[in-house]
Amino acid sequence: MSAGIDLENVCCDFGSFRAVDNANVSIKPGEFFSFLGPSGCGKTTILRMVSGFIEPTEGAIKIGGKDMRGTRPNQRPTALIFQNLALFPLMPIWENISFGLEVRGVDKATRRKKAEELLKLVDLPGAADKMVSQLSGGQKQRVAIARALAVEPQVMLLDEPLSALDLKLRQHMRAELRAIQKRTGVTFIYITHDQGEALAMSDRVGVMSQGRIQQIAAPRDIYDNPVNGFVASFVGENNIFEGDVGTVSDGMAALTGPHGTFRARVLPDAQGKALKLYVRPEHTVLSRTKAAENSVEMEVTEVAFEGAFISVHGHASAGKRIQVEVKNDGVTQVPSVGEKVFASFDAARALLLPDANVRG
Amino acid sequence: MQDLLRRYGTGLTATFCLLVAFWILVLVILPNFAMFEQSFRPYLPVVDIGGPKDFYSLGNYSKILDNPFDTAIFGIPVTMPIHIKMFLDTVFYAALVTFFCLVMAYPLAYYLAKIADPKSIPTLLLLLFVPMWVSEALRAFAWYIILTFNGPLNMLLQGLGFIDQGIRWQQGGIFTAYDAIVIVLTYCYVLFMLFPIYTAITSLDSNQIEAAEDLGSPWWRTHWRVVIPHSKPGIASGCVMVFMLSAGSLLVPTVVGSTRANWFPQTIYNFFNDALDWNTGAAYSMIFLLVCIFFVILMMRLFKVKLSDIAK
Repeated sequence: MSAGIDLENVCCDFGSFRAVDNANVSIKPGEFFSFLGPSGCGKTTILRMVSGFIEPTEGAIKIGGKDMRGTRPNQRPTALIFQNLALFPLMPIWENISFGLEVRGVDKATRRKKAEELLKLVDLPGAADKMVSQLSGGQKQRVAIARALAVEPQVMLLDEPLSALDLKLRQHMRAELRAIQKRTGVTFIYITHDQGEALAMSDRVGVMSQGRIQQIAAPRDIYDNPVNGFVASFVGENNIFEGDVGTVSDGMAALTGPHGTFRARVLPDAQGKALKLYVRPEHTVLSRTKAAENSVEMEVTEVAFEGAFISVHGHASAGKRIQVEVKNDGVTQVPSVGEKVFASFDAARALLLPDANVRG
Repeated sequence: MQDLLRRYGTGLTATFCLLVAFWILVLVILPNFAMFEQSFRPYLPVVDIGGPKDFYSLGNYSKILDNPFDTAIFGIPVTMPIHIKMFLDTVFYAALVTFFCLVMAYPLAYYLAKIADPKSIPTLLLLLFVPMWVSEALRAFAWYIILTFNGPLNMLLQGLGFIDQGIRWQQGGIFTAYDAIVIVLTYCYVLFMLFPIYTAITSLDSNQIEAAEDLGSPWWRTHWRVVIPHSKPGIASGCVMVFMLSAGSLLVPTVVGSTRANWFPQTIYNFFNDALDWNTGAAYSMIFLLVCIFFVILMMRLFKVKLSDIAK
């Protein structure tokens, strides 16, 4: 069983500070939804409001269509996995996992059996009688997941649960979490500041900044069609050009600045705002001759070998920094430091975007 | 030791060691041993000390079994030696004081550690501490005034219409003759319970409380399964401290007690000070100390607390 969650005009104030500002999102049952944003953007506040530890100042939070205002955390069909996991160190693993069942008055034998089943599900059989301190970071992670699953929640809330793990384990747990979510069909709300994590695991991502949801879209869309400069910069690298934007026709417009005139796409609702041009380093190519359009001359200052690609950094006129990713396919020529080359990009790959959606 | 020598040199290290040795040997072990030795010798006129009548025996200890009288324990009539009865009363009411302190201190400690605004903590702690700046004697006398027959407490209760007649707190009280002693001891020692528990709960990760609540736990189960197990060392050390302090209190029972409510340390004091019988006083002290330690160990066993938990 899983439930959808609706946030309707949700605001949350801490004194005079508005932590979450007018959040509207509808999360479908069984969806893996991530809130992505830098620390202090309000994503954890949203999670705590859904779990019931904070009540929204304004607006409504609905789980399975039911308004949750006034419902205590222990009455909500949610299970929260804390950033530091918050396992009970004085209970053995199986009691940790079955604590939620103990609360519901399930008898000991059934609890024990259920705990063992869940331990199998999270691939940790035989750990039932160990203590929390005897487990490694990844194992504790699994226990925390099992403990949350034990209460058969309709919604699972995860507050950066992988941030304490090392890189290899983190990647492994990503796949594991995704698999568990698919297997159980429970709605997952995942909080992270790691864009890679959010993009790799989620069905949809909500990018947040300064208390506002900037964009809600599928990972691919977030990356390819960011709605503003904040989203574009937070998920991935960009070359940014400033200038005056001309008239828009067919969803394209020209930007004229100190580095020349560039053509790029404009999203319909971005018109009439102050815009900048954003283009990804991997959508920028290098050539020895000036391309027909969207081309800027630069002097290579650094060539960094990254394995699958080579990152070329350069300066255009007036100290403008430009970054280009060249595929390490053995065909594309890589310039050396000091060389003058042209960086150019396809107009369809470049976006004219406003700044972040902030109050004021 | 090597470390100490390297850091402070021979002179200072020797001074430290000698001071500690002096403290332990001369100020702790020697007086206790002297008392232990005295407790086995009879109380004699000065001329007989060291004479043929001065020999070791358990006579002083067996005195506690003298003077049987008819009394009742929980309404059941029994005949038992008067000092044994007094002794049992003292241990029982000291345990009761400990229980009341725990019941009062735990919610307050939890409030201070987890609920109160951190900015207000220094003020709250100061308010709790201020009474401790006044000597225990003065506080006991203040309570003597509060609890007297025409005192403020009876006036207040009568004024509010709770009682028609004043209560003789110090002679009869509502429940037993020990009411006044229990009230004042609870007041005097509740902070010794509060601070260990407060420290213990402060060290509990608030996420654990939230995690329990998130898993559906009602508040009482969260306390029973998460907060209390975590703060058990603090609760245990608070209980030991309050129990030993109140069982050993002389001043409070002297001030607010009555002829019907005697505290065992008063008996010991009478032997030492009034009867000048140090030998029997020493024997009684030894019995009291040993039985109280035994009681504490028993309680620790019962509640599965290790000594190393308390030392934390």
